[in-house]
Order: sequence, then C-alpha cells, then structure tokens
Amino acid sequence: MFIINCPFCGEREQSEFKAGGEAHIVRPKQPTELSDDQWAEYLFMRKNIKGVQFERWNHAHGCRKWFNMVRDTSNDKIKAVYKMGEKPPVE
Amino acid sequence: MTKNLRVKSGKFIDETYRISFKFNGSTYYGFKGDTLSSALLANDVHLVGRSFKYHRPRGIMTAGSEEPNAIVQLHDNSSRTEPNVRATEVEIYEGLEASSQNCWPSVKFDIGGINNFLSPLLPAGFYYKTFMWPASFWEKYEYFIRRSAGLGKSPTEPDPDIYEHKYIHCDVLVVGSGISGVLAAKTAAKNGFKTLLVDEKPYLGGSTIYQKTDYFKINNQTSSSWLEKEINEIKKLKNLEIKIRTSVAAYHGYNFLLARENLTDHLPIDQRKNKIRHRLLKIRAKKVITATGSIERPMIFDNNDRPGILLSSAIKSYADFFGVATGEKNILLTNNDSAYETAISLIQKGINVEAIIDNREEVESKLLYEVEKNNIKIFKGFTVINTFGYKRINKISIKKLSKDGQKVVGSRINLSCDCLGISGGWTPAVHLFTQSGGKLKFREEDQVFIPNIYSSDQLSIGSCNGDFTLDEILINAPKSLKDFLNINNTEYDNLDIVSSTNKSKRNIWLLPSDKVLGKTKSFVDYQNDATAKDIKLALREGFRSIEHVKRYTTTGMGTDQGKLGNMHALGIISETAGAKMGELGTTTFRPPYTPLTFGTIVGRNVGEYFDIIRKTPIHNWHVEHHAKFENVGQWKRAWYYPKENENMHQAVQRESKAARESAGILDASTLGKIDIQGTDASEFLNRVYTNAWSKLAIGKCRYGLMLNEDGMVYDDGVTTRLGENHYIMTTTTGGAANVMSKLEDYLQTEWPELDVYLTSVTDHFATVSVCGPNSKKIISKVIPDLDLSDESFPHMSFKDAKIGKINCRVMRISFTGELSYEINIQANYAKSVWEKCIECGKDFDITPYGTETMHLLRAEKGFIIVGQDTDATMTPIDLQMDWIVSKKKYDFIGKRSLYRSDTIREDRKQLVGLLTENPDEVLEEGAQIVANVDKSPIEMLGHVTSSYYSPNLKKSIALGVVKGGKNMMGQKLIIPMEKKNINVTVADPVFLDKENKRLNA
Ligand SMILES: [Zn+2]
Repeated sequence: MFIINCPFCGEREQSEFKAGGEAHIVRPKQPTELSDDQWAEYLFMRKNIKGVQFERWNHAHGCRKWFNMVRDTSNDKIKAVYKMGEKPPVE
Repeated sequence: MTKNLRVKSGKFIDETYRISFKFNGSTYYGFKGDTLSSALLANDVHLVGRSFKYHRPRGIMTAGSEEPNAIVQLHDNSSRTEPNVRATEVEIYEGLEASSQNCWPSVKFDIGGINNFLSPLLPAGFYYKTFMWPASFWEKYEYFIRRSAGLGKSPTEPDPDIYEHKYIHCDVLVVGSGISGVLAAKTAAKNGFKTLLVDEKPYLGGSTIYQKTDYFKINNQTSSSWLEKEINEIKKLKNLEIKIRTSVAAYHGYNFLLARENLTDHLPIDQRKNKIRHRLLKIRAKKVITATGSIERPMIFDNNDRPGILLSSAIKSYADFFGVATGEKNILLTNNDSAYETAISLIQKGINVEAIIDNREEVESKLLYEVEKNNIKIFKGFTVINTFGYKRINKISIKKLSKDGQKVVGSRINLSCDCLGISGGWTPAVHLFTQSGGKLKFREEDQVFIPNIYSSDQLSIGSCNGDFTLDEILINAPKSLKDFLNINNTEYDNLDIVSSTNKSKRNIWLLPSDKVLGKTKSFVDYQNDATAKDIKLALREGFRSIEHVKRYTTTGMGTDQGKLGNMHALGIISETAGAKMGELGTTTFRPPYTPLTFGTIVGRNVGEYFDIIRKTPIHNWHVEHHAKFENVGQWKRAWYYPKENENMHQAVQRESKAARESAGILDASTLGKIDIQGTDASEFLNRVYTNAWSKLAIGKCRYGLMLNEDGMVYDDGVTTRLGENHYIMTTTTGGAANVMSKLEDYLQTEWPELDVYLTSVTDHFATVSVCGPNSKKIISKVIPDLDLSDESFPHMSFKDAKIGKINCRVMRISFTGELSYEINIQANYAKSVWEKCIECGKDFDITPYGTETMHLLRAEKGFIIVGQDTDATMTPIDLQMDWIVSKKKYDFIGKRSLYRSDTIREDRKQLVGLLTENPDEVLEEGAQIVANVDKSPIEMLGHVTSSYYSPNLKKSIALGVVKGGKNMMGQKLIIPMEKKNINVTVADPVFLDKENKRLNA
C-alpha cells in the first residue's frame, strides 16, 4: 500500500485515494468535428505502460482534489505528484 | 503403551505442569511449553498424517512453520474446528484435541493408500490429462477428487471468537528474534528509534537460545547464555515493543506489513472467553529489518518421506529445547557441518547416534572431530540410496558417491535406525524480502539465493541474508546496521567470537541412486507429493518456465508453499535443462507466509458491522409501522408496509391503489442531493445534462438525464433552480456518490475555468413525498399559508415555505404520474414533518408506501429506473427518450458518442412496453425475449427489465429491452420460460395517463 503525497494535504495512506487512469488526456474542445476514429482514440485508447506512467489520482477520502502522479508501474515507486494543470516533470 | 522419549530438557519446558491432550482419539501427556509435535514425539508418535496424492504415511518433519506433513485438524466442535494447522506451531493446552487430516478411515489404515501402489499411473499432470475429457464428466470427477483430497473440514457454525485489526506505526520493525534480530532491535532502540520486534514463536532467541556448546562462544560465554542476557536487557528498553506469537504474513510496498498476533490459541478453551483471539497488525514502518533466518534443506533420495525422517535441525531443536529424543537409534545424513551440531547436542543429552552419512569426502571440521571422538561412525563420501519401514523408518541403505557425485559406486551397506536426520544445507528465508519487491542474486559457492536489490528502506541480516555461521552473523550484522541506521558504532563491534563451523558443502540437488529414476519415489514437495521424477517428466514434456513446471507438477503449491523443496525443484530443473540457477529465477513467494484464519482477515467487520448501514431520519417511524426494508446501496429503505397478514403482493397492490385513488406518502430522503452554486452553474448543467438549462426560470424544476462520455445513460433526476446562481440537483439513491465524484472530476480537470461549487447535501435534507388526487388538500393542511393554486404553483415548480418555524422547500414534481409534492426539510425535523403529513392526511386515508409500490407506480407511467431498465449499454435514444436530448447544444458529456457508427444502429436494444396475452400473467424480470422458438439456435432479442401486476390498470405490465423494439409496436413476441412460452405484445412503455391529466388532477 503506497504512501501518497497529496499536493494539498501531504502524505496519506493509499486507502484514502482513488486511481483515475491515465493523465493528460485532454477532452477535445470540439468533439463534433472529430471522426469516429478520432473520438474513439480519446474515449477508449489507454497506454497501460509497464514502467513510468502518468496517472490521475483523487484524494477521495480527504480533500477530494484531483492531481497527477508519475509512477513506475513496474515497482510502484512514485516519482512525482503535481497539481492539475501543472506541467509534468520532464522525464 | 507408548514409550517415553523425554530426556532432560532445558528451562523451556515446565515439567511440573503436566497437560493432557487428545490426538486421533487417544489421550497423551505433555508439559507446558510443548508443541503438539514435541509432545507427540515424546510419546514416540511419528506417524501423523497421510500424503495428499499417494496417501503415504507421513511423520513430523520439522519444528517450525515450514512443516509440510504434520498438518492437523483442531477440535471436533463444529464452530471452533480448524483445518490445516501445523502441529509444530500448536502449543499444547489442557483439553486440546487434534486429529490427522487426509486419511480415511484412520491414519494407520488408510484406504487412499492404494494410490501409493498405483503411483506409476499418477504422474505429473495426471489430473490435467485424465479428468479433462469429456467435459460433461467433470462434475463426477470433481466429486471423487474432492472427497479424497482431504484438506480438512471447515467449521459449519459461525466463528465464536473475537478478532481485531490494529494499526502500528514505528521507526524500525525487526522481523525475527534470533541472534541477529535481537542485536538489531537493541541497536535500533538504543539509538532512539521507536522499534517493534516480532517473532512467530512463543519465545525470543531463535535457535541460538538453545546452543549450549563450547564450540560457539561470545565474549567467553556460550552463545545461548550471552544471548539470554541480551534478551533480558532488551525487555527493559522503553523504546522497544516486543510481540511474540506474531507472524508476519505479508510485506507490501512502502514498508506496509501485515502480521498476525496470536493471543489465545495457547490457552485452555475456558480461559479464552471474551478475549481477542487473533489480531491483524497493519504495520507501517519507516525502516524494516528482516532477520527471518533460514530453513534447513531436506535431501532428495528414494523414499525420503518416511515417518521418522526429520530435518537434522529439527532433531536438535526437539532435543535441546523440548528435551525430546526423536529416536533411539539416530542416523544423520548431511552435506555440510550442521548435522554435527545436532550430533553433539544428542551426545550431550545422552541420546544414541548410530552413524553419520556425509556426502563430503575428508573435511577439516572441529565439530566432526568432536563427533568422531565419541566413537560415532562417519561414512564420508557416502549417501543414502533408499529407506525402509512403512509406518516408521527402520533401515537405510547407503552407498559411496562417485567422484562427480552423479552416481553411486561400490556395494550397498544397510544400517538399521528409527530416526534419520537430514541436512542439505540452508535456504535463506527470503519470502518477505521478495514480497516487498526485492531482487535476489544466486551465490554459486553454496547454492543459495540471497537478497541483492532492495525496493524499500529495508535490510536483511543474519542467515536470511546468507550469513549462516555465528562469526559471519556477528561480524556482518553490526556493520550493515551502522550503515542502515546511520550510526557510528554498535555494542557489537568488538565481540570475541568462537565459531567452529566449517563452511564446506557438497550440494547435490538430486542424490544418485542405483535404481533408475522412474523406479524411485524421491519427494521434492512432501505436501503435494511431487517427486523428482515428476519434475523431469514435465521437462521432457516441454515445460521450461519454472512457473509452468510448478503448476504442472504442483510443486510448491501446498499450504506450505514449498518452503522445503522449492530450491531442489529449481536445482533439478537447472541440472536437467542445463540452465543456470541464477537465470532460472525463483517462483514468486506470495503472501501470506503462513496461512491466516478468515477471522483474522475480517477482524471486527462481521455481522451488522460488515458494511455501513445508512438510515433516513424517518427510519424509526417505518420500524414502528412494521415496514419491511430493502437494501439500496448502503441505505435501508422502507420496501412495503404489510398490514396484519398481508403478503408483499397484497400490501403493494393496496398501497398502489391508495396512492392513485386518494393519497400516498413516501420517504424519499435517500435520493442524492447536490447543492450547486456559482456564476457558471447554468453553463455547468448544460454540459453535464443532455437537455438545455440556461432558460430554466428561477423557481422551476427540470428532469435531466446524465450520460457517460460513451453516450450511455449514467444517472437521472430532477434539478431545481433556487436562484440566479443556485441549483439543487437530485440523483438516484445508488448513484449519488458517483455522480458527485464525476461532477467534481469534470470541474477540476476539464473545466477549471467554470465558477461552480458543489456540496453534497444528501444527509442534510430529508424528503417527504405526498402524492395522489388528495395530496393538494393534505399539503394545504400541513402548510396552510402556502398558495397551492395551479397558477401560482404549477407542476415542475418549487416554493420556499415554513411549517411552523421549520423552513422547507416544496417541489411539485412527480415520479408516480400523480399530482405530487415533495417537502424537503432539514433532516432532524423530518420525522415530525412526516408525522404531521400523516396526521393531516388521516381524513384521506393517507397510505405510506415503500419502494416496491414506487417502482410499480412509475412503471405504469413508463418512467425508467437507471440501473434497472438501463445497464451501461443504453443511450437515451435506445430508451425512446429522444425528446430530452438537445439538438441545439454544441456539446455535453456523451454527445459525440450518440452518433458513433455503433450507437446509431437501428437494431440496438431499445426500451419498449410489454403486455401479456393473459392479463393476469406477470412476467419474470430478467426473462429472455424471443420472436421465434421453432428455429434453433433461438435468437435472443432482449430481456424483461421491470414487471408488475398493475392494480390500477387491472393487468400485467412490463418494460423490456428488445433489439429494434422501437419499430416493433404491436408485434407479438415470446417469453420462453422453463415450463411454458408466454405470448406478449410490444406496446408503448407509457401504460397509464399518456396525456398527463393526473398531474393536474
Ligand atoms: Zn488531499
């Protein structure tokens, strides 16, 4: 069970958090202009990387804020956490 | 009568405290401090069970948690009986009853033993190969497999014991209290670290605590007396908490560990009352030191599994610690110096050692010389090739090993014995280390896997780190502790150490025999009866991956997870396949290290504490009025209110009629409520609902449908505009939390520019819903100064009002199709308002109704319930709710998905009404819908989602989803049931009052 450093609250147990899938998938501003394939790319396609992955997490049983996390899925090491809208740390 | 094999024991056994216990129905005696296995061995009982596949007689093999054979069932009592308990870990207590598992009718005469003679027919993968075909026979095979499998019996009554969970936070956790664990705990605690020391055994000190020879000394004392003083000192340390009988089950990432503290299993039953039996410790440690020791390896040769064959270290432990001789004619087989330590202990205790068979040729060993001095015959360069004796070993055959160790040469020598100790060297107990994500490396010189790369702030010391001898431990552990704890020195930096072990070892994974392998039974995994032959067969059949060989042969898949034999399996694979051990890797050791009881896992979360129960503020009224309740998520909702002898159907019919003919009252407090404020609140609603919200006037209500981004219906409910920038949204009861999360997600991540604030107010407000043609009259009595005229207070509008001093929000909205008012009040006033409505409704025979009637009434109107009439595959178009999807809005959640090639298919399942040919026939929800039963395979068109008998329409009505249903109006379809086919006609889903006249009645 991880210890996650919520950017708003500090270190908390993983059981307080909810994982929210891959980060930095921006909802298209003009969905109606997209082809079925382009929309499907946004809607369904996820990388599911073994290694360093950018993820969304929510401090559901805490401040309820969403934030981003860089995690190595092969060993669960959390490399960074940062607020929504902030640039991911360069890898 | 059985023999007494008790010899002079140390101070660990209290010979003044005699305890009687039962094993397989016979009464035996032991002493306080005995385990079930030591007490049985003291009574000369070796045969304790039968093996899993061949039902071979098996005896106690070890003295610890790695025991593969002595697996017993405790108690006959139907609530406390417990299977799969290791006799080596059971501390005896007055009244203990235990019996052998996996034997029928008795351990001495076992019918399954016939499998032993059939063993040529039971090779590796036997079950996979034999029981696969024909598939239809599986059920029959399964019955016999399960019957003979013999994994003990589970209790048939609820567990009477109490369990609990506890969180522990510490700076340093030390796992294992052997010599290295004790010095680690003392060093950490004395340097200011808040330290926790745990050990699975009931005492501290590991195997050093009974090491009493001059061959192992520290500062001029025997290692045991030196350690004893250390233990006495650490017991006084304030910074150190010590927990015995505490076994670490799992080591997760970020130094989170689970341990089981056993508090009462060693007490007589009558002293356990009202005490916590097991405690699951959830430990978060800043640093972890694993000092989990090592497990002695058995050796693999023909018939290496007979009762009376034990690990050499176990024989030493029984003699030194428990004062029990495991035999009167002992022989030891070894490939290293450990067996000589055992021999010296036995000699000291006056227990006869007949001979030692050493795989090694001439070695310079002080321990060996000491044994030789006692005129004990040592066969150097020999090995055991076979053993004899069915229920107890009585003879062994030995032969000289060839130079390369691949063959045996010379003539066979037979030696009689009643106990054979085997020592194949030591395997570091790296289970916890690997669970934590650590990576091992293989050390060629003594063929062991040792910790290499740590994945957390952790240190392995002592023999679990591959330091097997006293000098290695005492030199290396303090060094690595200094680095790990970042301290300059320890008390142990300048110890005067005497250690006499010669480290040489002649490792042969599979000892040679004069028979061909196919004719031998050389067990690698005792518990699962996997032999060397099985592993070689798996390799011949093409299995290469260690993980595959494990599953095919079931090696390491017993409750002991192959603690003894896994390394030999790897070794045999390595030798046979010509692969390097280090490259093969090990199989994954999974938690728990030793089995946990279910009670430990669930702790206090049993019965009514299993999950949270949510009750509305009106709950007690429902209870007082004999409501039956149904669970909706965590909520208890009034389901129906039976009168006298009414059954559910009768009550629901009565409640439904009353609501339509006069007045009904429903507790709708469980509906999710979200308060939405901010200058962009209207825009926000535009984006999350399918319909338009900007033009909704203040004081008006609107029904909304919320989709997922994939276009499928997610939730629905009525939202009311309370002010220019203020709305209150209602959600389904079950969907409330998810809707809140989803809205927060979009606000925080996609649309952070919107000025919108969300507050969940589900529990703050209660909702009393009064419906029916007389509802207006009742509300006018409840709130006399509220103008209820249609002009001032039309359908789908809201007003603030006061009931006495209580502020309330009254909405005129309807989920039943009747004229209907919902009063929202602060939750703690809800019961009085409810009672006032009942009081004011008396003249109109106001009838409380529950969720079942609510469902019936809305079905008459064709209103959907999200989650019942929809699953995650229904679009609003599929629901024939095109009217609610705005064509004008540029975007909303899910809009783009509504015209994907898949969602615009005409033949998707669509919601329709269904009327049965026989108006009294009520369909079953979930029943399949077809068009044609004559042509097979029958095409399934859909299923029934809601179905009721409508007392108001006096006929059966149903909703269902049917492929292309929208264009099938009036068509006949069939519901095929087990005993008959029911004819139905596709109808409009709105069955009652299509013109909505009743809303304004
Ligand atoms: Zn937080």
